[in-house]
Amino acid sequence: MKEAVHVQGAPAPGPDGLQELIGRVARGDQEAFGRVYDLVSGPVLGLVRSVLRDPAQSEEVAQEVLVEVWRTAARYQPARGSGMTWVLTLAHRRAVDRVRSAQASADREQKAALLDRTPAYDEVSEQVEARLEREQVRRCLRTLTELQRQSVTLAYYRGLAYREVAELLSVPLGTVKTRMRDGLIRLRDCLGVGA
Amino acid sequence: MSTAELHTLTGAYALHALPDDERLAFERHLADCPSCAQEVAELASTAARLGRAMTETPPERMKAEVLRRITTERQEGPLTVRQGRVRGRYGRAATRFALAACLAAAAAFGGIAVWQHQVARDAQQQAQAAQQQSQALAAVLAAPDAKAATGKVGAGASATVVVSRSRDQAAFVASNMPAPPAGKVYQIWFNDAGTMRSAGLMDPAASTGAVLLNGPVGKASGMGITVEPSGGSPAPTSDPVALMEFPA
Repeated sequence: MKEAVHVQGAPAPGPDGLQELIGRVARGDQEAFGRVYDLVSGPVLGLVRSVLRDPAQSEEVAQEVLVEVWRTAARYQPARGSGMTWVLTLAHRRAVDRVRSAQASADREQKAALLDRTPAYDEVSEQVEARLEREQVRRCLRTLTELQRQSVTLAYYRGLAYREVAELLSVPLGTVKTRMRDGLIRLRDCLGVGA
Repeated sequence: MSTAELHTLTGAYALHALPDDERLAFERHLADCPSCAQEVAELASTAARLGRAMTETPPERMKAEVLRRITTERQEGPLTVRQGRVRGRYGRAATRFALAACLAAAAAFGGIAVWQHQVARDAQQQAQAAQQQSQALAAVLAAPDAKAATGKVGAGASATVVVSRSRDQAAFVASNMPAPPAGKVYQIWFNDAGTMRSAGLMDPAASTGAVLLNGPVGKASGMGITVEPSGGSPAPTSDPVALMEFPA
């Protein structure tokens, strides 16, 4: 079967368009919010779900994120990054907070068991639609060293704190911090990301 | 946590992998470290790409639900500068260290962006002199063996001294130094086993900035700062406001 998937993936929304829409949302424009929703809800839900896994909980958190976008649109500062980055940073923060609060009551062995599993981006990416974006990210993740890749993906896709990542990978705390930084820098250069 | 370590937190911060206390400390550092803020912006944008790669199609009902919820949700106003820099209990002290810490980190990583800004301002008045000093300063801060030590200056200000043994030079970075009394200047001294050797005067107009110490480090074990009459003195005429050991 021919792959028709390439054209199906939603194109990256023009950052300027989203930025302008968020500005209108900040002034209370509900119609603009509907368009922002269309642009960001897929990435928000996908990201939250990659961290939380549980579908019902992911949808609940994704909704909270989208309502937060409405509530705090006036706090978006375009100078600090694109609208999509702002929204996905909120989403990741929320997902991580949810993981951490759940983890506070969970067993430590449960965390150790995580390492035996395939990295999240491999599993979850099988379900995603934005195939080109996914392929590019996967290709660039492969340019990282194993330790860089694990450090970045365990933190981002699992929502683990760096101490937990260090424990899982049995490396010193300082090493994990530097691997997160140089891993992201390598990824940034591979993806050609600006601020 | 050392200043160089603080700078390496950009990645962990962008990944939300810091515990709250370290995150708050890093955010305070960020407010005064433009080169760190730039790096964080780029790394956050990179992390967002990891998120976008996970895009899923949300169920139809979700949109209706969210659109319903926002109709009863009050919107917050924009951040003012004051709100944007909320400080914790240690905030004030941390801020004083932040610029120096940032400069020290920049030195450790060979970055020169931050103090260049300061130097650029000086250059408007003293183009040649400032440029020469900036190059010498850059060479010290970016030297592979550059090491930094941070200490207090007087009541509230903090300072970082960066020493490159291979270049036999040192730079001094002050943050929030109170202005010297009228008709006085801060004079910097090398401490040669208790004997003070002049290393130049600080620009009285600048309370924050980096200066290159005049002369070779030699056997000096540290540096001191005294308040001297305008034009400086051949030897200190007052007790030091600060004495700092050079990093080993």
